[in-house]
This record gives sequence, structure tokens and C-alpha cells, in this order.
Amino acid sequence: MALKRFSVLDLLGLDLKEHDSLDLRCVCGRRGLVRDITIPDLNRPGLALSGFYDSFAWQRVQLFGRGEVAYLNKIAAEGRLETIQQMFTFNVPCCIFTHNLEPSAAFIETAEEAGCPVLQTGLDSSEFSSRLLRILSNIFAPKVSIHGVLVEVYGLGILILGDSGVGKSETALELIERGHRLVADDVVEISCVNGNSLLGQGANKIIGHHMEIRGLGIINITQLYGVGSIRERKEVQIVAKLEEWDANKVYDRLGTEQLTMEILGVKIPKLEIPVKPGRNIPIILETAAMNERLKSMGYFSAKEFNQNVLKWIETDAARAPYYGVDDSY
Amino acid sequence: MTKTVTIRNRAGIHARPAALIAQTANRFASEILIERDEARINAKSIMGIITMAASYNSVLTICASGTDEKEAIEAINALFENKFEED
Repeated sequence: MALKRFSVLDLLGLDLKEHDSLDLRCVCGRRGLVRDITIPDLNRPGLALSGFYDSFAWQRVQLFGRGEVAYLNKIAAEGRLETIQQMFTFNVPCCIFTHNLEPSAAFIETAEEAGCPVLQTGLDSSEFSSRLLRILSNIFAPKVSIHGVLVEVYGLGILILGDSGVGKSETALELIERGHRLVADDVVEISCVNGNSLLGQGANKIIGHHMEIRGLGIINITQLYGVGSIRERKEVQIVAKLEEWDANKVYDRLGTEQLTMEILGVKIPKLEIPVKPGRNIPIILETAAMNERLKSMGYFSAKEFNQNVLKWIETDAARAPYYGVDDSY
Repeated sequence: MTKTVTIRNRAGIHARPAALIAQTANRFASEILIERDEARINAKSIMGIITMAASYNSVLTICASGTDEKEAIEAINALFENKFEED
């Protein structure tokens, strides 16, 4: 699922708080606010302002810090406005001034003429660029929406997959009842952040944290179990695929082999869990979560067990010659 | 197999039509998806269909693949044609 469009207006309209806030306001060029930001990156237009326009990254957000503004003031005082005019012949998405620096009247006039929005922020350049890059990379992150349920069990994000009617929601409900948290039911929107982790959340905030349980209908988890039983977003760390018990299929009995599933190019561990009356899936998932946490701490139950078995066989074989064939002590 | 449908009931796809679609889709073995713009959701899940927030006159695409895809698409299409027995 690709991002539709992301305009400068969308950037201004982002609901960001505290350390995410960009503190932006529009100075001029309002009719250009519909311009799209197509690349999640920014450019310091120092070289361009000095008149060198080869390889000018005009598609990016242009950031003006103290240095650029000092230079702008200098060339404006000398009456050399050509390079500024030349910059606006490119369709730059927007110009942003940091430190609440004021663009000169000539700059504003040229920008207004070209219909290019000029924004201002109170943040300093380095802080602003790191925040903007982080926010843009999240917005431009590849996304996919998956049919499943995302729950947090013992701090681990488990994505429950499976065909319709196999009992995904019921499993999640029991997990919530046991004190775990619901992130999203039915439609999980997953985005790949930093290229190596998957962040899952509900597709819609307004109707999020509702579940459909056959026989009950639609229930509101926040109202029923309280705010402690939900989470807005959570990293997807393991996939549990529920499937109808298939007598002909070989299921993992040892747990030494790790199946994986690829989502947006990121491989995450996958469990295939057969469903059958009498198998308590929520408890299996709880155990899987704890086992996975042990693994991440360096303790791999299945492998450790096998090593112990090997050790035991070895010592037994070593003892055998002393005891002889009758095996009596 | 795909089919494009337009929503003809004023209220759009709210809870009741969504339940109707999911119930109908669940009668078939085929995998059935509904597309709206970039969003693709499973037609067998009520919450998914509601999440689309499809309003009056919006255009959806139904995609089905499986042994009974033809019947599935016909059955779902019939719901849209009947305006989900609303209006």
C-alpha cells in the first residue's frame, strides 16, 4: 500500500507532540501549500544560493539555517537576487527557516511570486533536520495492511494470522482477559521503520480497539477491559499462524528449527500452531512469548535440552566399560 | 476474478451492510478481497470492511480467487445491487 500524496500542508497539519514537534508556521506562499513532498530528505541550499545549480536537489525540502540566511542578507544587500530567482524557477516543495529567522522582504516577494511556501520554525537547524528526517522516514516507510490480530504478550508483539473463523479474535480475547494487550484486530497496518523493524497499528483510530466475536458481535475492548488492555502501536516481533489441525502435516515437535516469515523484506520468526478443540491457544502463545524472550536473552530451550541429552549419552557411553554388560551397580 | 461495484445506499457501508458482506463472503471457500483506493481488506472480516469507511457513491473492487469465485462475486454483487435492502 503506497502513500497517496504528502503535501506541505500535510506536514503542517501533522499532530506531533513534545520532542516530535516541528513547531512550523507558514510565513508566505500559502497557495503553494498543496505542493507535494516526494522525497523524505532535506537539502541545505548553500551551493545553489552561490549560483551553482548543477545537481541541485530541488525535489527536497530546502532548509535555511543561520549561514544561509546570513548569505541571503548579504546578496540581498548587494542587490544580487538572480540566484534566489533562479532557485524558485525549480519547483522546490518548500523553504524552511530555522531559529525563527526572518526571510528578507525580497526573498518573500520572490517566493510569493513563484508560489513556493516559506515556513519558519523555532528549532535550531540540527535538531529540526533530525526531527524532520525521522518524521518523513516514518511517513514514507513502506506499508502493508494484513488481515490478522496484533497483541502484546509479556511485552512481545505477536501477530496472529490464520483463515477466517479459525479463532484469531477469540484467542486475542482470552489473552486480553489474562492481562495482555490488544493493538489491532482484523486489519493491522504494518510499516517498515529503519528498514529492519516492523511497526504495527490499527488502520483507523476512531474505530480501533473494537473486536468482532462470533455470537457476541462487535465489542469495545477499551470500555470492557480498561485502557490498560490496549496499545496504540507495537513492533511485530513474532508471527503465530493458526491453522486447522491437519493430520497429514508434520508440525515442529522439537522447536530447534526456526521458521520465518517475510513482511516488507524483514524476516521475523514464525510459529505454525495447529488448532484443535482442547488445545488452549492463548496459553501456547503466552509460552511462545516467554520462550522467545528467553531466546533473546541467549537461552534456547530446545537446543539446551538437546545439548544436555548429548552430554548424558556421552557420559553414559564413557561409563559403560566399567559397569560391564549386566549394568548392575 | 474481479468486479467493480458502486455503493448505492445513502448511508454507505456501516455496520449492518458490513455484516451482510462478511456473512455472504464466509459462505464461500474462495479468498475474497475488497479494494478501495490503495486499501485491500479481507471481505470475510466485518471490522475490516467497516474500517474502509466506504461512503455513498464510492467505487470498490471485489476480487475473488478460488473454486467458487464466480458464485462469490455474484452473491456479493447482488448485495450492492439491492442497496443492502436499505433506502
